[in-house]
This record gives sequence, structure tokens and C-alpha cells, in this order.
Amino acid sequence: MVENRPFLTFLTHAFLILGFAVVALPVYVAIIASTHDIATLMSGPVPLLPGSHLIENYSMILTSASAANGLPNYSHMALNSLIMAVAITVGKISISILSAFAIVYFRFPFRQLAFWIIFVTLMLPVEVRIMPTYKIVADLGMLNSWAGLTIPLIASATATFLFRQFFMTVPDEMLEAARVDGAGPMKFFRDILLPLSRTNIGALCVILFIYGWVQYLWPLLVTTDPGYYTLMMGMKRMVTVQDGVIQWQLVMAGSVLAMLPPILIVIFMQRLFIRGLTETEK
Amino acid sequence: MPVLLSFVRQTPGRLMETKKTTFDSRLLPYLLLAPQLFITLVFFIWPAAQAVKSSFEREDPFGLSTAFVGLLHYQRLFEDPNYIDALLRTAVFAVSVTALSMVLGLAFAAAVDRLVRTGRVYTTLLVWPYAVAPVVAGVLWWFLFNSTTGLMPFFLEKVGIHWDHDLNGTQAMILIIIAAAWKQVSYNFLFFLAGLQSVPQSLMEAAAIDGSGPVKRFFTISLPLLSPTTFFLFIINVNYTMFDTFPIVDATTVGGPAQATTTLVYKVYQDGYLGLNLGSSSAQSVLLMMIVMVLTFVQFRYVERRVQY
Repeated sequence: MVENRPFLTFLTHAFLILGFAVVALPVYVAIIASTHDIATLMSGPVPLLPGSHLIENYSMILTSASAANGLPNYSHMALNSLIMAVAITVGKISISILSAFAIVYFRFPFRQLAFWIIFVTLMLPVEVRIMPTYKIVADLGMLNSWAGLTIPLIASATATFLFRQFFMTVPDEMLEAARVDGAGPMKFFRDILLPLSRTNIGALCVILFIYGWVQYLWPLLVTTDPGYYTLMMGMKRMVTVQDGVIQWQLVMAGSVLAMLPPILIVIFMQRLFIRGLTETEK
Repeated sequence: MPVLLSFVRQTPGRLMETKKTTFDSRLLPYLLLAPQLFITLVFFIWPAAQAVKSSFEREDPFGLSTAFVGLLHYQRLFEDPNYIDALLRTAVFAVSVTALSMVLGLAFAAAVDRLVRTGRVYTTLLVWPYAVAPVVAGVLWWFLFNSTTGLMPFFLEKVGIHWDHDLNGTQAMILIIIAAAWKQVSYNFLFFLAGLQSVPQSLMEAAAIDGSGPVKRFFTISLPLLSPTTFFLFIINVNYTMFDTFPIVDATTVGGPAQATTTLVYKVYQDGYLGLNLGSSSAQSVLLMMIVMVLTFVQFRYVERRVQY
């Protein structure tokens, strides 16, 4: 701060507290709604103070509630989300770090072509090629499988470029020293590059875990078997009821549980998260 | 995906460099690249090529034969008032979400930047919505605005506004704009904050000595210096709104009422996956690809400029 202006500082605090209140409002209301029964919710606007049905609602959603909509158990869907997020994180990081290693530490014919092929993935999000991608996955017999859910999502130009960028900052002397000592490329990769990349891998893990956890369109396309439903698919199913009322207290309990893991990761790994998000050229 | 685009704020030319000394191996680099290239070719480039191909073809009703029809699907799209509406609607949606989330993100960043000790606490309080899945964000706001249980319609009724996003298209659009912007504020906030924190303190002090107050300093020093960040965020946000908001629409308004929230991506899904209209859906996909390419091109082009200055 350049000069001391107590009133402006007071206004700043007031603005930020108000801002936080507005940002947190939908989540606060969700938590409150998840502690009431459906009769209370349907009888008018949602109360502003917690009710007495917290344990009832959460134990219901964790044990039986979703079965009513033809959904698997909630904890089953949570496990599916976890598997998907972890598989995407590990898959993206593994294939990206290897590609970056190849692009930075080797010269070979068609290097430029390989580079542009990777680059092109930036311009082809799933959303613009829904039908043909669905078709190829169907032709390969990968519908309703973990492979179909995760493999098409793990190509990543961005992670490759992040590693490339980092490798370029690793001193050339490291490579020369390794070569003098007779280390081959894979030994150099495993014993030197990989340990040096720890922080970058950590930052990417945070970002990619969230990316995998919140996936929606892709699982919607390739899974029809409820056994593969993730939490995000479950959300949609719980609010799409043909007749009768939406069980809002359970939907809200489900929302709270579905957003908890990534939010906790962002809050407790904030440094890695911000690094992963804003890392740019250095 | 567009969230991660931030990693690549560098020129394609520079991306091509290698180390001065490299390993000698004929086979190894290909093996290392194989998984990434294989997935990209099979699940990205091949489907994209298929989309381009079938956008020029028509399948007979039994799927037995296809005929080349040239630009027919594209011509039909641009003659279809529904498609033009979806195009304009998507533009309104993208610009509204971008403007709303960037203005709020900048305001929060400017406020946090003023505070020395408590800044980190507020940062923590403001970043977490990034981690909320779009589908959950949609459902939360949908509930808040629900006509029987929601808080918002209750208060809006008191000021004479009747809220029902199931019937009123404009209100449905406002709903998805709020939900989409809410999720994106934290992203913009973090980038603006990083930008503000890199503004040289000496400039601020010099301006303060010359008698300009905090507000004037913000508009005459910080804001102009933030323009690269602002431009970068503008592209990222447009990209986000166009492509990453599908779950918000699908879980809440399902494109309705009466198509009022059918964005371009949602229309591809409806026409292709639900309506099985391959030709038209492919043509729409190709048009979307062109939009992403333009956005990516503009982004890289601008970075090249910035490097020269």
C-alpha cells in the first residue's frame, strides 16, 4: 500500500466481505437446504437457518436414495468419479512428460509434424466433435468401459507444453554431465528430469484432478450402463424426474458431497493450484 | 480444456526449440511420442476429419449409401433462423459471461491487492468456485432461482418482478449467464491479481507523490498495464463460455424454454446425438472448429506481438 487511507481500507474490506457473501450464497443455501425435509422446502422459499434432517438426508443419499432414480449407489458413483479423475490425471501427466522429453532432448525426422499434431488438440475440444468421436469409440467397442471414459481425454497439448517449457530451463550441463558419466536417455529422464519436475507434476495433478472430476459431456456420451455413472451424471439424473417432485434436499446433499473433494483440494493446496493455473513462460 | 490454454502463452516458433546438445537415438523419440500421437490421431484428428467429410455428404435414411452434396448443409444452416438465433444467442451469452466475470474478477483483485496482510485470506475465500463442477454450479443457481423453493424469486416478487425461468426465455438466459459467470470469477480474479502484483511499486509511489489518489492510479496506471492480461482473459473466457458451459445448460434449462438457452454447442449435441441428423450436426461441428481456430490464432498472434514490444 502506497499511503494510509483508513476509510478506503474499510471500504475495501466491506466490498470483499460482501463479495464473498454473494459468491458463497448458492453454496450456503445448498448446505441449508440439505438439512431440511422436502415438505419444508416445498412450502415456500428455503429457510435461512439449518433444519434437523441433516443426518437423515446424508445417510439416505449415501445408502439408498439414488436407487429410486435407477441410479447406482451414491458412494459407487463417487468411486467412479475418483477412478476417472485419477486415471485422467495419471494418464495425461505420463504421456505428456514423455512427449515433452522426446521433443526437447532429441532431434529426429518429422519432429515438427509430431509437434503440430500435438498442438492441434488445442483446437479440437470434445464439444466440437461430439458425433464422430462417439462413433469411433463405439466402433472400437469402448462404450461403457473405463478405457472409453478416460483414454480419449488424456491427450494434452497444454501439459506437454508446460513440461517442455520446464525442460528448457534445466541447465544443459546436467545433460552433458549425465552423458560423460555414461547415462543413457532413460536413465537421465528417470534420475534427473523426473525428480526435478516434482513441483510441476504436483501443480498439474491439482489442476487435472479437478478437470477429471468435473467431466460431464464425455461420460454422458459414452456410458449408458449406470454402473459407470459418475457423480456429475448422477446430478443430472436426480434433477430430471418425469413425474413427481424433485427431491431437492437430496439433490442439495448430493451437490455438497460432489463439490467437497475438489474444493478441499483447492483450499489446502492453494499454492500448487495457483501455480498450476497461472504458470506461464519463465 | 480452455482453462489449461494458459500454459501456452508463448510463440509457436519458440515452442519448436530443442536443447543444444541432444541424445542420439533413432527409435526412442518415436516410442516416447507414440502414446500421445496415437491418442491424438485416433480420437482427435480422425473424428475431426470425419466431421469435415460428413458435413459435405448426405446419408440415405437406411444408412446404406452416402452422396456428396457439397455445401448444402452449410447453406441450410445459414438459411435456418434457428441456427442464426443460436449463433446470436451464443454471442450474447459469451459476451455477457465474459464481461460480468471479468469485471467482478478485476474488482476483487484490485481490492485484494490493496490489502497487505489479509489479502491471502480473501484469496482463499474467493478462489474455490473454480473447483465447482459446471453441472453443480448450474444446479445450485437453478435451485436458488426455482419458482417454488428459491430465495431469489421470493425477493424479486417483492420488488414486482415475477421470476419463472421455465416460461420466460430471457430469465432462463440470465440464469445460465449468472451460473457460468459465478464459476469463472475466481479464474479471472487470480490472473488479474497476479497482473496487479507485478505492477512496479515505484510507479505507484511516484504517482502518489504527484498527488493522484488510489482510484486515479488504478485507472491511469494499473489498468493500462493490465491490458495484456485483459486481452488474454477475454479470449479464454469467450472460449470457456462457448465450450465449457454445456453441463450448465444440460442440467438446468435443457436448452429451453423454446430454444431460449440453446447455445451452438448444445445444438450440435441436440441435432447430432439426440436428433441423429449427421450432416447438419457435422457442418455445425466444422463451424465450431473454425471458431476455436480463430480464437487460438488470435491468442498466439497477440502473444507474438507482445514479445516484440
